[in-house]
Amino acid sequence: MQFLRQVLVITAKDLRAEIRTKEAVNSSLAFAVVILLLFSFAFDAFEDTAKEMAGGLLWIVFAFSGTLILNRSFARELPNDCLDALISAPLSGAALFLGKALGNFVLVLAVELISLPVFGIFSNVHWTQQFWQLMLVLVLGTWAMTVVGTIFSALTVNIRLREVMLPMLTYPILVPALMAAMQLTMGLVLGKPIGPDTVMWLKMLIGFDVMYTAASVLLVETVLVG
Amino acid sequence: MDAVAVEGVWKFYGDFPALRDIQLAAQAGSCLALIGRNGAGKTTLLRTIAGFSRPGRGKVLIFGQPPRETDTRRHMGFIGHGISVYDELSALENLMLFGRLYGLADPRKSALEWLERTGLERVRDGLVREFSRGMRQRLAVARAFLHEPSVLLLDEPFTALDDRAIAVLQTLLRQALADGKTIVLSTHQLREALDLATHVAMLNRGQVAFHGPCTPEMVADPGFVYARYGEG
Repeated sequence: MQFLRQVLVITAKDLRAEIRTKEAVNSSLAFAVVILLLFSFAFDAFEDTAKEMAGGLLWIVFAFSGTLILNRSFARELPNDCLDALISAPLSGAALFLGKALGNFVLVLAVELISLPVFGIFSNVHWTQQFWQLMLVLVLGTWAMTVVGTIFSALTVNIRLREVMLPMLTYPILVPALMAAMQLTMGLVLGKPIGPDTVMWLKMLIGFDVMYTAASVLLVETVLVG
Repeated sequence: MDAVAVEGVWKFYGDFPALRDIQLAAQAGSCLALIGRNGAGKTTLLRTIAGFSRPGRGKVLIFGQPPRETDTRRHMGFIGHGISVYDELSALENLMLFGRLYGLADPRKSALEWLERTGLERVRDGLVREFSRGMRQRLAVARAFLHEPSVLLLDEPFTALDDRAIAVLQTLLRQALADGKTIVLSTHQLREALDLATHVAMLNRGQVAFHGPCTPEMVADPGFVYARYGEG
């Protein structure tokens, strides 16, 4: 119970700080909308090929815009040496990690949910046809991005070029999750439900989430303290 | 049992030994002042005692337990070089945040009590980013004392404090000592530190050059230890 309370305390703290400053969400959202707009010019929204690609392009936008939020995750603790206070407090590394990951998840998901209608308009896609299945994929794909992004944010927090290092480290690891999310989303935004031919990608996404969440929870104490 | 025991601790940065076979102990109710020139290893030692980094060799024990144990951390308070409070939160929100993380029974009541003790009750809802430097430092002191720790680890606690913050901190530290709490502090401000210290440890190039009780000669002449045990 105490563990769960500490996770939520960290999440609430991060969300409150972000709501007051809006430093990560604003830049992430602006970036996502601009890239969606540029994609709409690059590909003819009335061509079938462009519509088939749209789901894949969407995850490229989410991956890049999400990194802007994830970069701030542990970097937020650097001014005033706040990370020291958290490390010296009686909360486990796992609680700190999950609290931060949950906060990032909410922020990244919020940006994605705002971007989706924009995507629908710019790509001329009726993305709500398989709404709940699409939400499931969105949640699983976003958790994959945030869990990997948060652990690497902790790892790179004391590196001077962390803004460069974080995407360099996370994107290669995220390839399987992004592949699965893209494959699923490409069909879902065109109204095709998850079927026997695509369920393998869903299993892969779930497996990725479980594996990387477990590994991150186990490793975070070593990452933070050595 | 020693409140703080450092047993044969080595700490390496790459191949460089920042701490070399450190043996120190502080008993409950004592104040150990860590002194030494820049780069002597004071901050590294204090951070190792606090559990921020693990020693390469040897061990640190707080009341017989490793510092990374959750229960041990509940009894430790730390003030480092930064104030360790969030600029985007108010003074009250900051203290309540840490009160909740430390599992205090009534975080709001404890936070309000410490805001009053540090003279910040009037600005309790103001964001820390709007505070003056002195107010921020007093809030940092309140954060470190909030959970009534039995071991206080203070890294250069008097550096850059204004007069009021120094007075607040000295009063709280004297009270803590009177209550049987243990203080380990690193400092360059010998006069303030030796005024409080019951024991002194001087570090020189990562080694303990002197460790013993604080004597009247040291209090009378803070340069005494450097002159006698320092490298000159």
